[in-house]
Amino acid sequence: MSFTNLMLTVLVIGALYFIAGQRAAFVFRSNGAGKLHSLPHYHGVWAAITSVLPALIVLLILLIGKDLLFQLMARDYFPEEILMGDTVDRAIALAKISNVVNGINFGEVEPWVQSAGDAWIRWEANAIIVANSLVLATSLVGGLLGYRRINPTFRSRNNVERVLTWMLIGSSLVAIVTTIGIVLSVLFESIRFFKLIPPQDFLFGLEWNPQFEGAERAGSGGGTATYGMIPMFVGTFLISVIALTVAVPIGLFSAIYLAEYATPRIRGIVKPLLEILAGVPTVVYGFFAALTVAPVVKSIGESIGLEVASESALAAGLVMGVMIIPFISSLSDDVINAVPQSLRDAAYGLGSTRSEAVRQVVLPAALPGIVAAVILAVSRAVGETMIVVMAAGLAANLSFNPLDAVTTVTSQIVTILVGDQEFESAKTLSAFALALMLIITTLALNYFALQIVKKYREQYD
Amino acid sequence: MTDRPYQGLDPQKAAERVAASIHLRKRKETRFVWLGKTAVAIALGFLVLLFAGILSKGIPGLFQYYVTLDLKLDAQQLDPSGQMTAESLAEGDFDGVIRSSLYQALGNPEGRKAKREARRLISSGSSQRLMNYVLDNPDQLGSTVSIQFAVDDDVDTFLRGLISRDTPEADRRISNQLIDYIDALNAQGRVSYQISDYLFFGSASRDAEMAGIRGALVGSILTLLVCIAIAFPLGVATAVYLEEMAPKNRLTEIIEININNLAAVPSVVFGIMGLAIFIVAFGMPRSIPLVGGIVLALMTLPTIIISSRAAIRAVPPSIRDAALGVGASKMQTIMHHVLPLAMPGMLTGTIIGMAQALGETAPLLMIGMVAFIVDVPGGVTDPGTVLPVQIFMWADFAERMFIQKTSAAIIVLLAFLISMNAAAILLRKKLERRW
Amino acid sequence: MEMVMSESMVENTSQVEGRAIPEQTIGDIHVDNPRMTARHVDVFYGDKQAIDNISLDIGVSQVISFIGPSGCGKSTFLRCLNRMNDTIDICQVGGEIKIDEQNIYDPMIDVVSLRARVGMVFQKPNPFPKSIFDNIAYGPRIHGLAASKVELDQIVESSLQRAGLWEEVKDRLDQPGTGLSGGQQQRLCIARAIAVSPEVILMDEPCSALDPIATAKVEELIHELREQYTIVIVTHSMQQAARVSDRTAYFHLGRLVEVGDTKQVFTNPKHELTQDYITGRFG
Repeated sequence: MSFTNLMLTVLVIGALYFIAGQRAAFVFRSNGAGKLHSLPHYHGVWAAITSVLPALIVLLILLIGKDLLFQLMARDYFPEEILMGDTVDRAIALAKISNVVNGINFGEVEPWVQSAGDAWIRWEANAIIVANSLVLATSLVGGLLGYRRINPTFRSRNNVERVLTWMLIGSSLVAIVTTIGIVLSVLFESIRFFKLIPPQDFLFGLEWNPQFEGAERAGSGGGTATYGMIPMFVGTFLISVIALTVAVPIGLFSAIYLAEYATPRIRGIVKPLLEILAGVPTVVYGFFAALTVAPVVKSIGESIGLEVASESALAAGLVMGVMIIPFISSLSDDVINAVPQSLRDAAYGLGSTRSEAVRQVVLPAALPGIVAAVILAVSRAVGETMIVVMAAGLAANLSFNPLDAVTTVTSQIVTILVGDQEFESAKTLSAFALALMLIITTLALNYFALQIVKKYREQYD
Repeated sequence: MTDRPYQGLDPQKAAERVAASIHLRKRKETRFVWLGKTAVAIALGFLVLLFAGILSKGIPGLFQYYVTLDLKLDAQQLDPSGQMTAESLAEGDFDGVIRSSLYQALGNPEGRKAKREARRLISSGSSQRLMNYVLDNPDQLGSTVSIQFAVDDDVDTFLRGLISRDTPEADRRISNQLIDYIDALNAQGRVSYQISDYLFFGSASRDAEMAGIRGALVGSILTLLVCIAIAFPLGVATAVYLEEMAPKNRLTEIIEININNLAAVPSVVFGIMGLAIFIVAFGMPRSIPLVGGIVLALMTLPTIIISSRAAIRAVPPSIRDAALGVGASKMQTIMHHVLPLAMPGMLTGTIIGMAQALGETAPLLMIGMVAFIVDVPGGVTDPGTVLPVQIFMWADFAERMFIQKTSAAIIVLLAFLISMNAAAILLRKKLERRW
Repeated sequence: MEMVMSESMVENTSQVEGRAIPEQTIGDIHVDNPRMTARHVDVFYGDKQAIDNISLDIGVSQVISFIGPSGCGKSTFLRCLNRMNDTIDICQVGGEIKIDEQNIYDPMIDVVSLRARVGMVFQKPNPFPKSIFDNIAYGPRIHGLAASKVELDQIVESSLQRAGLWEEVKDRLDQPGTGLSGGQQQRLCIARAIAVSPEVILMDEPCSALDPIATAKVEELIHELREQYTIVIVTHSMQQAARVSDRTAYFHLGRLVEVGDTKQVFTNPKHELTQDYITGRFG
């Protein structure tokens, strides 16, 4: 039975139990067995839940557990030297076996790999039979147990609601599980990376040059790879600064104009238009930056005698700035509107012009919120990927010149991890270390922004 | 009262000083308003530039040049074994049929070089197109039919006038001979410029003239289906729990902090997590919409949770009190009253989240959806790609025609996004009318 | 079109509990020495009429209080006197309001200099989130009133002194104004208004957010300020009106029903609506 069919069967069994449970309740009712504690359909739902839920849990455990079990079982086929070898060799061995299982051929297959693969295929076939029977049995037995508890005084509704509540709590935990997943997946590989490359070399190294991987592994010459993250953080910083130089004044002044001067009509037209800028996918910005903006920047620069790289930080930063404008303007708009009208009235009542009220009363009052918006925008810029991948290039120059080509943390991560990776090489692992730094940076920025906003809220509450 | 040292400014004097200050302040005011207007104008200017750039390249990209050829569909030549199946047709000489028709239209050129130039006229995918035609219309076998084939991308670029005849022959990708052929076909009225069916019905291809977005479009839809199937129930359930039931304790606080943090995590990091957990640890295949959908679901979850919570909070407490007052349980109150009333707001948030997911590229690159896949995925476990990733890949190709195709694909993507956002706005409007 | 609507509105609303709102204000709207004069003032919010044909003089160095039930237009009329209604987009003001014989709605008049002459104190104390000193110094600074730092210090000190706040805050001028108590905040706002040396101070229910003791202090302050300023005060409290004002104007549903000496209005109201309000029959 295929996975889909199995699921369908489980659901059909659940539906049958629902009908049976509901009917049982109706029978109690018509027998005059006294007042039912819960409505009949709750009894039905109760029976269905006891059938479907355990079956799904069993299925999930089987799905996750299966591969881990098979990996352990496959070890019996490993030759001595791999069993004695390190995790790298074992991972390679498993990959070879999985190729056999999936029918992918890369030429000659070692005999033990072939037999392990054949065994694996057998196990898979057995596993499907075991899984099917286990899951179906669970659903039948579980439903029966639930069904037999139904009687007039049985508190079906309360039980159903308790299950529902637990499901709601379970859903809420997904956020935590995801965070843990992110942290663990990045942390483990980073730790492995730091075993290969000393953390101080990574954190303070001024040179990023990961390409001589094969040579390093083979232990032969041909140059050494260096993994200093400073050039990428400088590149990220440079592009973010350019982006903010564009976005902060434009976004802030737009927000001020829209909040304090524009008529409702203009506001109603301009605000959604600005929000379109936020909705444009980043890959479109990247395309625009690489195809349109970069050549323009280059030709303008060269016409006034400057040397401009064809993938300059300036082009990527400019376009990223455009992307961030609506972010700044809508957040600033919110905080400006949150400044109490009474403060404006006080200023006007004393004879301020509008701009005096804005500059001397509204903006100072909104400043913490605006600072928070800018910090969030920085975090946005630091984490932005597609624009820099498409327009900023890969040259890890340690440069503060906006006309040079620079690279960023995110674009290096993408470059390293796109395509096939050797999961054991320092080069691949370095992407995880970079991701760790990226997460720390953005979360720290986010944290500061939230603290500022919190303080700011307290001021007016 | 006379012992006060200073009695403040005399109103008369104050009025004079105010009057003196006014001119300068008015100028400052004007300058300030001008700054605001300029900022808005610049921002809108960027928007116009962006869209003008994409539309000006993308609208031509929706069209391409075709050559109409009269083909004699000889049964013996095309289906030697006569079984009319995809396998038997694979042995037929479709190229030969097209070639001879092409030579005929060009006045039967002599010599290998001339013939090679002639063959460069039409797309190399033409035989596949003819094969599909025969498969769909087996009764046409034996007759003569007119079929349109895409011209080669260089020829297309030339026909658009992007390659000048005045360029020395050595510097352009098209020979003089080829230009003569094009002129000849043009004179016979065989060249036409129309909506590109390759773009909408073709799949990924390295040949610019044949490249299409169908596979990516299907991949995007499948990915979004997975995404919505996971993110919507989870998001709504989390929002209901946090708003309606969660006690004020440490766990609730941790959940809320985590949601805020997830909202701040760069999208590329979600891709790394997908790579490390689903592909490396769980051994799921690369490039499949299932994994893509899960990753995007986790990414959009905070958006959906936050907007769903806002929607639930907007339901007046009086309605809850009313339901509880007639003896409904907490869960019944939520299911019968709060959820239905909050649903439009939740759907709005979900649509916005889905629009975000539809445009997302970076995390999908991480889980291998960047692979070159010709087949259209038939299910969530078939390898595929999505529209933004397709755009990313095409943007890397050097052929000029790919720039137009990329822009055209962007137009399609933007059209989807704009209609999704419009739907969200309509829903929000509907919601506003309620109370 | 607007005329028709306003007439129909007047028809619908000119009867309250069987008592007619008079077309003509009862009592003498004129004073001998007017600082401000309003003639036939109408105010519309969109197409809703909030003020209907009000004429009134406001005398030099006089305290006049506006009383009346909620929504009677007294605050709206007050806000016309320094054009605070300008900040509301849909608000339209008709008729004529003059200060010292100058029409304040004249396009040539600058609203900034007008508000420097006609200051305002609001219902809720609204100090800027700045230091006490900066709160007071704000007006003089924007208007360029102080020629020097010394003069600015003098203005701040004298304003605070006249607002009776100096002794309480002189040691903490650099602390935020928002840290003061509600009553102190309101006196700070009055001091801030005084610092600009206005001719008229408008007070929109200045004590409604204050406790009785703070209210008493503000009333005392109003009493002291009357010798130098013209004060217009909107109040919900009839006792307050009776205590602080020289003249009292009774508003009802956008019309000025009756105006006169405070003593006369409170002891011998001429119109039944005024009498009903003063005796607490509605409000």
